[in-house]
Amino acid sequence: MAKKISILIVDDEESVRDSLYSWFIEDGYRVECAENARKALTILESDQFDIVLADIKMPGMDGLEMLRRIKAHKKDSIVIVMTAFATVDTAVKALKDGAFDYITKPFDPDDLTHLIRNATKQISLVDENETLKKKVVSLENVEDLIGTSEAMKNVLREVESVAQTNSSVIITGESGTGKELVARAIHANSPRKFFPFVSVHCGALTESLLESELFGHEKGAFTGAMYNRKGRFEMADSGSIFLDEIATISNKMQVELLRVLESKTFIRVGGNKEITSDFRVICATNKDLKGLVEKGTFREDLFYRLNVVNIHIPPLRERMADIPLLVDYFIQKYCTSMNKPPVAIDPGALKRLQEFSFPGNIRELENMIERAIVVGDGRKIGLKDLPLEKTIVNSSAESLDDFERAFILQILIKYSWNISRTAKALKVDRVTLYNKIKKYDLKPADQQ
Amino acid sequence: MSLQNITLISFGYFEKDILEKIAEVVKLEFRSSLNLKEGHIDLSEYYDPGRRQYNGNKLLKHVDGLPLAESGKSLGLFSVDLFIPILTYIFGQAFLGGRSGIASLYRLNNTSYGMKTDSKLLQTRFTKEVIHELGHTFGLIHCNQPTCVMRSSTYVEDIDQKGHSLCHHCRKEIGLV
Repeated sequence: MAKKISILIVDDEESVRDSLYSWFIEDGYRVECAENARKALTILESDQFDIVLADIKMPGMDGLEMLRRIKAHKKDSIVIVMTAFATVDTAVKALKDGAFDYITKPFDPDDLTHLIRNATKQISLVDENETLKKKVVSLENVEDLIGTSEAMKNVLREVESVAQTNSSVIITGESGTGKELVARAIHANSPRKFFPFVSVHCGALTESLLESELFGHEKGAFTGAMYNRKGRFEMADSGSIFLDEIATISNKMQVELLRVLESKTFIRVGGNKEITSDFRVICATNKDLKGLVEKGTFREDLFYRLNVVNIHIPPLRERMADIPLLVDYFIQKYCTSMNKPPVAIDPGALKRLQEFSFPGNIRELENMIERAIVVGDGRKIGLKDLPLEKTIVNSSAESLDDFERAFILQILIKYSWNISRTAKALKVDRVTLYNKIKKYDLKPADQQ
Repeated sequence: MSLQNITLISFGYFEKDILEKIAEVVKLEFRSSLNLKEGHIDLSEYYDPGRRQYNGNKLLKHVDGLPLAESGKSLGLFSVDLFIPILTYIFGQAFLGGRSGIASLYRLNNTSYGMKTDSKLLQTRFTKEVIHELGHTFGLIHCNQPTCVMRSSTYVEDIDQKGHSLCHHCRKEIGLV
């Protein structure tokens, strides 16, 4: 027996308790007895049992009342009821109240053995189901959110803990950091995962379009509204709605949104029927919402309604350690989608990627890799395939020295560290270039 | 290594040599000394007219209280139909890790199922049941090995399927290996 099954016997007759106790002990189960329902409920408060075998007819609280209380406390408990006075009515009542099975005293030994065997089978199926669910959840996490850096691990931990709740979430982070992916991961790991995940890009819609998009509209509500249309809140019933770029919505829409969030009811544009929808709100923004509240452009009440949990995604430049993993992921993704054999990346090119500041974050890295696979030779991604040189100077230069260092490095890379050609391009002599290289401690990527 | 002394106490009538043959097998199985004794009891005190059977719990307590049960293990052998309050019948029962047990051949006999009696089969079944209940007194629980005598049996057919010996694991559990 892989797991020692535990059984709680509840019967007011001592001889019955003793007989069942001896029978189950010989089968290797962990067994405890209670002489009445109250005592059984007290035992169940401090200890867990896989199976409760209870008599229906007992003085004080009867077995059916106890069954209801156990089920109210723990829905998936296995309770088997037994009685000496079998009637169809009692059996049906017990089963309707959630009893696993019903048995009439005295039992045939074989019936009892089969009954317990079926119950243990049910227990192992439930356990197996839970284990598989956990496996599926962890796979969804790993697949969507790439990164092993401490910053990313924190995000994953937050996603995991917030997913099981129903609280509103605001995801903050720079553009291209993967806010929608995080929102999808929250939904995919939540109890709502089998219902829709509806995404709305608030910034891309005008006020009237957004209103119609969120709440839906009735036929004839405005010019061109030829048919009734469901809104996104209605579509997200039992699931999650993701409102991207929430900071861009107008004041009027903020008021409307607050009302919907409070009551979970709304009326379609041009309609008069109140519609109820059970959805979870996940918002995202790359703006400082609190700053907007202080400036008075974002409603404070809506901010606090939405900001129950805040998940901040760090920019890519703060988790450079994740770049090799992300590069591998995107290479695999685009080689597969373009039907190309997997390509490698030159270590020098990878190193340069890790030095780059990525103002466009992961989206920029993804585009770079996609482009490199398209324009590359199909074997290896090299520096020449990456559009790093044009942008590097602008992205990281903070002083004249930084600018000079980055510019010289850029030209050195362009001419593959050929000093004469680089010096000629920079219109300086070789000695000056050597001095600059020494001053800025410049080295080819493969010597670092 | 040998285990504690075993006493088989027969209550009621048994065929002449069946008990001696069983005693021989049991002795070998547990590698212990074995006494075969006759017990005397008024079975009517244990009879339940409503069920027309004999109360196994009370009989077990009686055997457990016998003075000769104080040293080693004792098993009461009966030829009447046994029950316990919660079950329609039992072949036998024992105190797990205790001193005593009981076993009955009533439901092991083919005649209980409308078939012709088979003395050899009856003896084999009874031997298995006696070893099974004694196994419980040595602290063994039911075993999943199909051929082990400690496998749970609720029908006589189940008893026929298993062997009359303890499996290696059960032997090891009680220090016979």
